[in-house]
Amino acid sequence: MGMKFPFADAYVTTKLDQVLNWARKFSLFQYPFVTACCGMEYMAVSASHYDQSRFGAEIPRFSPRQSDVLWVVGTVNQKMAPVLKRVYEQMADPKWVIAFGACASSGGFYQNYTAVPGIDRIIPVDIYIAGCPPRPEAVLDGIIELQRLIQERGPHGMSGINPRQTKEPLVLSRD
Amino acid sequence: MSEDSAKPSAPETAPDAPAAPPAPEPPPLTRLLQEQFGERVLGHHAQHGDETVSIRREGMRDVFAFLKRDPRCAFDLMIDLTAVDYLPRTPRFEVVYHLKSLTVPHRLRVKVPVEAQAPEVDSIRELWIAADWYERECHEMYGISFKGHPNLKPLLLYDGFEGHPLRKDYPKGRQQPLVPMRPVKERYDYGERFQPVEHPHTPAVTLERQES
Repeated sequence: MGMKFPFADAYVTTKLDQVLNWARKFSLFQYPFVTACCGMEYMAVSASHYDQSRFGAEIPRFSPRQSDVLWVVGTVNQKMAPVLKRVYEQMADPKWVIAFGACASSGGFYQNYTAVPGIDRIIPVDIYIAGCPPRPEAVLDGIIELQRLIQERGPHGMSGINPRQTKEPLVLSRD
Repeated sequence: MSEDSAKPSAPETAPDAPAAPPAPEPPPLTRLLQEQFGERVLGHHAQHGDETVSIRREGMRDVFAFLKRDPRCAFDLMIDLTAVDYLPRTPRFEVVYHLKSLTVPHRLRVKVPVEAQAPEVDSIRELWIAADWYERECHEMYGISFKGHPNLKPLLLYDGFEGHPLRKDYPKGRQQPLVPMRPVKERYDYGERFQPVEHPHTPAVTLERQES
């Protein structure tokens, strides 16, 4: 009609789900469950040069009760497995799990009496970041992939209590 | 040969055999131990100035006490204590000690062969307190007991772990999980490197693709 609402271009129409997923993906609170050498690369990604806070995934909350993403960084042994499972169970939904590095994804080069061959034997995993250790760019790629997963599938990743989407994990392999 | 003609009076064991060269002088620490303990030193070798001696298991505590207290040796640090399993060979195990001196610039490796039937050596914990945890780890991984150690319980392995994992006859792929492992479709066939787990609640591993 020729009349324009004030601030008309400042409104965005969308579904509530998409808004919530957008908010979730850009405010990931992480629990870095760091056990081994991959922790060095995790620290490198958190530091200023590669800077994961650009993606909203900055703050490590060192409590599973306060975090969304469980970063399993490094080798997990059979002795550590009950601890990992307990930490995972203490996290509130929605939660996602990133297997960081070769040892967390598949046991790595360890095939021995104690290394768990991949933490997906213990808890469900959403994103696998391969590498020994992965390049920080690969880690950032994993964060972006997780964000895409959150945007598309919503808060129910591999571990949702009300799964509405399919349950296939995304595999990100960089050799 | 030229040596035969230079020494015509030397007895020859075989025709055309050269005279044997003189045995090389053993390096200083080895010589010292041989003077002190004689036939308790079973063997030795040296490389780049670092020496290795093998000593008999009986009376090894005296040898180590000498190595620590004698001012020519003065080994005040025990750097490492571990064992090696040479399974088809007898004696089966060899406990290896690495010693270092801070005052005299030398290191020494001491090896003690141990049979499989009674895998037991003396503990050197009173000499070097650092041996405390090393002996606990060696015991849990190889099953070698250390006589005189007050607290030989496992250090790294968890309750309920059966067996001595670093022995050569421990199955390499055996997992002893504490939590039941989830069933996962593997894309890679690990073969004998990862055997199906023995936990009663864990279903078997299924392969997504049957071709390896």
